[in-house]
Amino acid sequence: MRTRLVTVLLALITAILVIPGPVAAADEQGGEALHGQILNPENRDQGVEGIGITVYDGEDEIGAAETDSDGMWEVELPEPGTYRVVVDQESVPSEYVVREGIIVDGETEVEVEADDRRPLIVALEGAGAAEGGDASESPSEDTADDSGGEAGGEDGAVAPTTGGGSSFGAQFLQLTVSGILFGLVIAISAIGLSLIFGTTKMINFAHGDMVTFGAMVALLFSTGAAGLGNSLLAIFAGIGIAVLIGGLLEARLPRTTLIVAQWVAIFGGIALATTLGVMGDSIDWQVPLWLAAAIAVVMGAVLGGTMERYIWRPLRHRNVALIQMFIVSIGLALILRHVILVIFGAGRNRYAGYQIQELVQLGPVAMAPRDLVIMGVAVAVLVAVACLLQFTRIGKAMRAVSDNRDLAESSGIDVDRVTLYVWGLGGGLAALGGVLYGLNQVVEYEMGFRLLLLMFAAVILGGLGTAYGAMVGGLAVGLVAMLSTLWFPSQLMQAWALALMILMLLVRPQGLLGRRERVG
Amino acid sequence: MDILSILAESTRSAFGPIAAIYALAAIGLNIHFGYTGLLNFGQVGFMLVGAYGVGISVAVFDLPLAAGFGVGLLCALVLALLLGIPTLRLRADYLSITTIAAAEVIRLVYRAGFAEPLTGGAFGLQNLSADFRTLNPFDAGERYGFGLLAYNGNHLWVLVVTWGLVAVMAGLTWLLMHSPWGRVIKGIREDEDAVRSLGKNVFAYKMQALVLGGLIGSLAGCMLAVYQASIQPDQFKPQVTFFLWVILLLGGAGRVFGPVLGAMAFWFLMTFTDGVLQGMGALGWLPFLDGPDYGAIQLAFAGLMLVVLIVFRPQGLIGDRKEMLVNVK
Repeated sequence: MRTRLVTVLLALITAILVIPGPVAAADEQGGEALHGQILNPENRDQGVEGIGITVYDGEDEIGAAETDSDGMWEVELPEPGTYRVVVDQESVPSEYVVREGIIVDGETEVEVEADDRRPLIVALEGAGAAEGGDASESPSEDTADDSGGEAGGEDGAVAPTTGGGSSFGAQFLQLTVSGILFGLVIAISAIGLSLIFGTTKMINFAHGDMVTFGAMVALLFSTGAAGLGNSLLAIFAGIGIAVLIGGLLEARLPRTTLIVAQWVAIFGGIALATTLGVMGDSIDWQVPLWLAAAIAVVMGAVLGGTMERYIWRPLRHRNVALIQMFIVSIGLALILRHVILVIFGAGRNRYAGYQIQELVQLGPVAMAPRDLVIMGVAVAVLVAVACLLQFTRIGKAMRAVSDNRDLAESSGIDVDRVTLYVWGLGGGLAALGGVLYGLNQVVEYEMGFRLLLLMFAAVILGGLGTAYGAMVGGLAVGLVAMLSTLWFPSQLMQAWALALMILMLLVRPQGLLGRRERVG
Repeated sequence: MDILSILAESTRSAFGPIAAIYALAAIGLNIHFGYTGLLNFGQVGFMLVGAYGVGISVAVFDLPLAAGFGVGLLCALVLALLLGIPTLRLRADYLSITTIAAAEVIRLVYRAGFAEPLTGGAFGLQNLSADFRTLNPFDAGERYGFGLLAYNGNHLWVLVVTWGLVAVMAGLTWLLMHSPWGRVIKGIREDEDAVRSLGKNVFAYKMQALVLGGLIGSLAGCMLAVYQASIQPDQFKPQVTFFLWVILLLGGAGRVFGPVLGAMAFWFLMTFTDGVLQGMGALGWLPFLDGPDYGAIQLAFAGLMLVVLIVFRPQGLIGDRKEMLVNVK
């Protein structure tokens, strides 16, 4: 094996060395050049089009370029040397100005060495921010920054209080309420993570992307599900039926019938998806957001169940070690995130119709009605999950498996089936968390990963593997993150959550509700 | 689509400076995971502090480059201690969660608005490699190499230094792992309790390994800053860590040459798939996709590679399967 590999490599290298060919690649062929990308300061994922950039050598114009739709520009240079770069201030959209710093009055000098394709950073900022006065402009720039994010959703709720004159007490109350809201969203998403850890001892790094999935699916169905939505629905229906058949009828049907039925369901789903995809936009429908959210939750549950049934269970039965499972889940997270990116695109969206709402004044606190609904739904779901875990048969089984897998198995619990239900429950809750988070903030393909960091903090704070711990931890993390913005920049929010987690690891590694066990 | 030129370009990138930088960072990760069994999912955080150590020292404070390297390494040391002290006494999964979260939080802090005077915020820093280029013994305008494997003087200089560092670090790894210290480290990977019962201070050994791997990672970050002459925080997204994991597992964890071979194979494959995708796109074979999607498909492909490798060939190209069946207790 190894010798063959080396031979192939050697052959390839010799081949490359002897081929004279069109010398080398484009990126070094062009000689000297200046290039860059001008980004929209309010949304750094987008470029600004049509800004003119001219390069001079002394007084002679060398070349000019205009930014394209992604904000990219490039000017080829004849030889190494020092050049003067002028940004055409007229072509900059009136709402922005070129940020002073490297560039003074739209001009800068750059030294370019031989064969150097130098990037030149031209930054824009909001026209108001330059004077530092315009209060309505600068917060919106902060919130577009993807590190802030959280504050962004509260344009309606937080901005009026942070904007100016309100007292510290009122701000404190307002942020406490946003913190509880944020904490509830974290708690809902994190229960699944904690339960999955409890039952399988595995950290599911793909959990954040399951959150994104839920938000994206709800967005898709609430804004009009044409061919894409129908196809997705068909595939998930097929796989979901297959998983259900496997889960429910395993003991009652002969093995071959079971396998045939499952494959029929899966292929039926794929065939239906293809047909619907070919028919494309001719079947167009749209549902209100609450129904779209319900669809998202069901699809999230199917996604979780599918991952357990077709990836994790086979891996467990092959006795793959836990470290390997972690790495698999990271790989799955990468796949899921980028498939979502390809299917749904990288744009930042919001659920239509819920962005601008009259604030409701509740005592000293002003809230958008959508935030009240989020809180109501979140509390109701948390109570329902707690009842499920506390009083139903399957809930008790989940807690038993979570406590001690071997003991549960020896006392007659079908551990594999319970694990399947846990994944279904976790996937559904993650999808719901995604919808609520997206309703409160924006929907974009990396939202889940950012929430994942806070979910980790929540489950460690509450105790890895305990469902109630995730709830308590989620609330604590949400509150700490939001209240920290009273004193510190909002970009540090996640840093405080992380600091809280590290502090907890130092003083009480098993978490708030965890049971003490011998560690390390 | 010209397969030959895609192959040539892939080979060039397999030997290029980026592959060397990733190989260096993966050597650090190899000390963490391959030899000690530490699950570090935040190696990119070490690279980031290294790169910004150079960036801030050179671009903001006008210090010489050597001082920048020193600052970068010092930052990595502090980061490793911060991560290690709370988590290394606990089960391996705590370290993995803390590192993945810490690396992302560091990136967010470095790109935040309030840090802009020091870090340049989302726009990063530039003009970092003047010192390095004055040391360049090659003529910057000249092209060196044969046929398709040619690099210009500046890139060749980075190339030579980085691969030189890779060789030194690989040699250091070999020496360390054949020393008594290395045997204890590998013992910790196999069975922590057994090593503890021999009276070794497992925590201290793990911490030394974490620091050492982190320092090598930050060295890779320094070289990245020098190579590009500019850095932006968004280059240090978590997927860099995941690339490093693919590199390590592809080459073979727990082998001195694993990361080196892995980095070359990985960048060969990445450039190759990119070229093929672009070529197919140009021929109109991919009707549902457009330009930006190719990058996403490539990343999904990296994820798939990670899954397939760990399930079917956990030892990678040159690893030992038995050595890689380590477990978390």
